[in-house]
Amino acid sequence: MQSKTKELDPILEVNNLFASIENLPILKGVTISVNPGEIHAIMGRNGCGKSTLSKIIAGHPSYKITKGEIKFTGNDIQSLEPEERAQSGIFLGFQYPIEIPGVSNLEFLRVATNARRKFLNKEELDTFDFEDLVKEKLDLVKMDSAFLSRSINQGFSGGEKKRNEILQMALLEPKIAILDETDSGLDIDALRIVASGIKKISNEQTGIILITHYQRLLDEIQPDYVHVMADGQIIKTGESDLALELEKYGYEWTDNFIKEQ
Amino acid sequence: MVSENLVKDVVSEPYKYGFVTDIETEKISKGLNEDTIRLISEKKEEPKYLLNFRLNAFRKWQKMKEPNWADLGYKKIDYQDIIYYSAPKQKEKISSLDEVDPKLLETFDKLGIPLTEQKKLTNVAVDAVFDSVSIATTFRKELAEHGVIFCSISEAVKDYSHLIEKYLGSVVPANDNYFAALNSAVFSDGSFVYIPKGVKCPMDLSSYFRINSGDSGQFERTLIIAEEYSSVSYLEGCTAPMFDTNTLHAAVVELIALDDASIKYSTVQNWYAGNEEGVGGIFNFVTKRGKCLGKRSKISWSQVETGSAITWKYPSCLLLGEESVGEFYSVALTNNLQQADTGTKMIHIGPRTKSTIVSKGISAGSSVNSYRGLVKMGSKATGSRNYSQCDSMLIGDQAAANTFPYIQSQQPNSEIEHEASTCRISEDQLFYLQSRGIEFEEAVSMMVSGFCRDVFNQLPMEFAAEADKLLALKLEGSVG
Repeated sequence: MQSKTKELDPILEVNNLFASIENLPILKGVTISVNPGEIHAIMGRNGCGKSTLSKIIAGHPSYKITKGEIKFTGNDIQSLEPEERAQSGIFLGFQYPIEIPGVSNLEFLRVATNARRKFLNKEELDTFDFEDLVKEKLDLVKMDSAFLSRSINQGFSGGEKKRNEILQMALLEPKIAILDETDSGLDIDALRIVASGIKKISNEQTGIILITHYQRLLDEIQPDYVHVMADGQIIKTGESDLALELEKYGYEWTDNFIKEQ
Repeated sequence: MVSENLVKDVVSEPYKYGFVTDIETEKISKGLNEDTIRLISEKKEEPKYLLNFRLNAFRKWQKMKEPNWADLGYKKIDYQDIIYYSAPKQKEKISSLDEVDPKLLETFDKLGIPLTEQKKLTNVAVDAVFDSVSIATTFRKELAEHGVIFCSISEAVKDYSHLIEKYLGSVVPANDNYFAALNSAVFSDGSFVYIPKGVKCPMDLSSYFRINSGDSGQFERTLIIAEEYSSVSYLEGCTAPMFDTNTLHAAVVELIALDDASIKYSTVQNWYAGNEEGVGGIFNFVTKRGKCLGKRSKISWSQVETGSAITWKYPSCLLLGEESVGEFYSVALTNNLQQADTGTKMIHIGPRTKSTIVSKGISAGSSVNSYRGLVKMGSKATGSRNYSQCDSMLIGDQAAANTFPYIQSQQPNSEIEHEASTCRISEDQLFYLQSRGIEFEEAVSMMVSGFCRDVFNQLPMEFAAEADKLLALKLEGSVG
């Protein structure tokens, strides 16, 4: 790829993406492009393909891309393993963060952080330096350091799991973060903490995709673009007022759109 | 993309101890009868009582049947097709380690167990057993200064006959079971440890068992006696070359702890496991038992079982002394077509005795991994307690895990607690770790290590690292 004006090169480009799981088509031609500094929101009913899109970008092995492409900083990433995508700066905030018994959260965070640092040709951190770093990042999501000594997500409340996701984002400093329903299961205080954490972590170099059902997250983090997804496609793209419209008319409005098609 | 095949690659690291040492050996001819036993006893210049012990065991063995209750399937063992004594040819009397055949020293060097004065491990005394004989024991002088005896069992028969006569077979009687009876009849060597009253053994003691010959069995015997108020930590390691035939290994280990004594016995078992098709590998039938004879005595078994085609072993504790303590910590990893049936027996006889069982079984490939354990509260074991935790982890969808807990209580005033769980390394867990930049192999290894942590924490320092490395070898490819 030839680069034109550097700042305007998109971080992520999804072009006419078709994908299926066990021969069941889920994505039916998704196109989305995210530039540095942009915040995109994707909204839509359960089962419309939002989570699938996020998992495919992160490289989940269960999904098969049947057509189209995903480019990250100009390069096709289809052949990359999930860990290679993560190391190069793609971050997926899980809707349901996975529990892993026996593996300490601190050790996990350190190994993950060092994998990313290694990719960036930065010095890997020993346990002491890492503890200093992680303590600083804990403040962003107002987490207690007691979380670090527990097993990954094990016995965490819904809100604690989501904050742990944002803590990981803070440590990995991704180029693009796709946050899949990070707001679900959070009370209003936790939502504010998480939203302010996301805002502090991101900068003009970072792209963010927020997958959500609710306006309340978008009240905290103003998106530049809002995409409405239905039946594996993006059926409408607009600015932040589109979310308000959706809130007003509900998803029946998208159902009508599909019928019309 | 990922999953199945990669998991397979990751858990199928080549066996790096599979070399054969080319050395001249003295072997007797195949087959087993009373003459074989007389010949072994004669070669070892044994006293009469020991020959009688062997013959008695042999006669009992002939009347016994090979057990078939374990969840194991294997080709019938032809006991007449085995060589029962095989020893590297050496000078008659060796006065120092420098006289040991360099080839043998080199072999142990290669296995990471240097024996010579210059290179030997600094904090562990080692007894190195090669096929049927002990070839060297390090730090003997230093240990002797503390009154600690650490030598081969053959030497102990000569030099400490009163202890052998008193204790040999006192924990595992000659007719205890089929394989113990066979061992009692034909055992060739092994280690002997005696810790005198009040002595805390100044360093860890270790035996390293190496099978080199393809057609001979290894039948070693270990005896450890801890007198009152003494303590010792003993480590055991084992490897064997890769042959496409099966080699029989039938060992007996006996531990005796008197009042307030404590014995910690740790094993890292890495016998050759056979290839992916299940050809070759060691048949490992072992009887290990400790007797907490004294009040407040303690025996703790920890084992990391990764090798052998067949593993059949149940390190056990007889808790006789009041307030005595038995522990069993186990990690058993099976892959390909390996089969393991392992666990423990905690027999509570004395009052207020306590036992803890923590077993972690990991099965990958098409292997079968079973935990089998007995907890028994005798009629006098008032106020006694047991806690058991048996967890299984499955990798892939062809592996099997079983748990067979047997509980018998004749004492209403005692407590038995049993917890069991089975989990699978799920694709979602792997994906979660990978999506944070953690390599696939490291992700598997992190989860397995995490699963085994409760047991690894019990291993002596030197061994914990070795165990981690060993699992790493089997599970995580080149990532270190």
